[in-house]
Amino acid sequence: MLKEVFNKPTKWSMMKQLIMKETDDLVIGSLGIVAFISFFVGGVVAIQTALNLTNPLIPKYLIGFATRQSVILEFAPTFISIIMAGKVGSFITSSIGTMRVTEQIDALEVMGVNSLNYLVFPKIVALMLYPFVIGISMFLGIFGGWIAGVYGGFASSTEFQTGLQVEFIPFHITYAFIKTVCFAFLLATIPSFHGYYMKGGALEVGKASTTSFVWTSVAIILVNYILTQLLLSK
Amino acid sequence: MIEVKNVEKSFGEQKVLKGITTTFETGKTNLIIGQSGSGKTVLLKSLLGIHNVDAGTISFDGRIYSNMSADEKRELRTEIGMVFQGSALFDSMTVEENIGFPLKMFSNKSPKEIQERVDFVIDRVKLINAHKKKPSEISGGMQKRVAIARAIVNNPRYLFCDEPNSGLDPKTAVVIDNLIQEITEEYNITTVVNTHDMNSVMEIGEKIIFLKEGILAWEGTKKEIFKTDNEAIVDFVYSSELFKKVRKAQNRADKL
Repeated sequence: MLKEVFNKPTKWSMMKQLIMKETDDLVIGSLGIVAFISFFVGGVVAIQTALNLTNPLIPKYLIGFATRQSVILEFAPTFISIIMAGKVGSFITSSIGTMRVTEQIDALEVMGVNSLNYLVFPKIVALMLYPFVIGISMFLGIFGGWIAGVYGGFASSTEFQTGLQVEFIPFHITYAFIKTVCFAFLLATIPSFHGYYMKGGALEVGKASTTSFVWTSVAIILVNYILTQLLLSK
Repeated sequence: MIEVKNVEKSFGEQKVLKGITTTFETGKTNLIIGQSGSGKTVLLKSLLGIHNVDAGTISFDGRIYSNMSADEKRELRTEIGMVFQGSALFDSMTVEENIGFPLKMFSNKSPKEIQERVDFVIDRVKLINAHKKKPSEISGGMQKRVAIARAIVNNPRYLFCDEPNSGLDPKTAVVIDNLIQEITEEYNITTVVNTHDMNSVMEIGEKIIFLKEGILAWEGTKKEIFKTDNEAIVDFVYSSELFKKVRKAQNRADKL
């Protein structure tokens, strides 16, 4: 499958248009839900950390520290990716699956268009902008934590900001974006595979979407474990 | 001309095509008919290269499909127009964009030239007020016209139609049949139509190939159908009361 996907496109001018369209559908179209979830989950992380800091000897800046670590290391790259497996992955599987059921893929092939390249390659390229979404998620998650921590009366703004800077390791950001790029590839290819090779009718399109969500999530969790082991353990 | 020689195709244990040999002639509407499960869709998909045949050869004006390289096959496919049973129009595109798609993909025409050609074929298939509509916003008959327009926009040498009348009312079905025949003659292309609609057979069947259980059981013209004694085709074509009466009337007229 991947060999065909990365073959030379039939026409680059058409491919550019497709990439723009997929960027709009998959990346720009996901910003709203990612922003909403990130902001509020960041806030919840801050509140829960604060509520668990019952010992007065533990400094309040740990609220900012915990929020930063949770959001940058796991929440933004991994859990937003699982949410995206549901949103973007289901969309990819159902749209390609519907094209399969209604013979649109056969129509492309009969015309002489490499359908795998035409349908999957622009999605992979578009999702290479996915780290941009995760960057926004990181920012809004921490911002949500700051709002909840400061305006909820759990810590002062200075304490929270101190926590954000304590023991900051820049490589953690690199690690998060390396994971994000890998997850983006999984988000584009696994749902495409399930949609492209599905058989049957409308009911099977629904089943394929569910299966693709499950397998994409499993793959993300496994790759997350392997990358964490490779990149962070000493 | 498309020549089919001893073509065989199986799916697992089931042999679907059992040594089909025939020719589909240029400038004629060639019909493949047969009951459901007789192998006509498999034959059509084999002609299109969607299925690889197990044995035998298919040649397009002397070019044997199985001997072609991947690039040659892709090149050949640009010479093919296909009308799918469900039209297979791209949902995300307008009627105009659907029709212009093969030109944008395979020609070096300017946007103005593409638009002119699209407008020409839209007029040719008599599509009215549908340029900017999505496939879901037009009727089944109009979708078939769009599919035919898309199939002919790049001046194909071969036109394939899979059940072009399915889901259409009898009046629209005749219009679509006539449109296919007119286009075949006008562009002098090799047209292969897969159908089980007897009205189509009587309307446009210049050459008819009848498949039964994967075997070519009969071939001839629509005129010859009235006179044939081949039991398989008589049983298939005259299964309805209407066609039994047509056959009797035709035979009576011949005797007079």
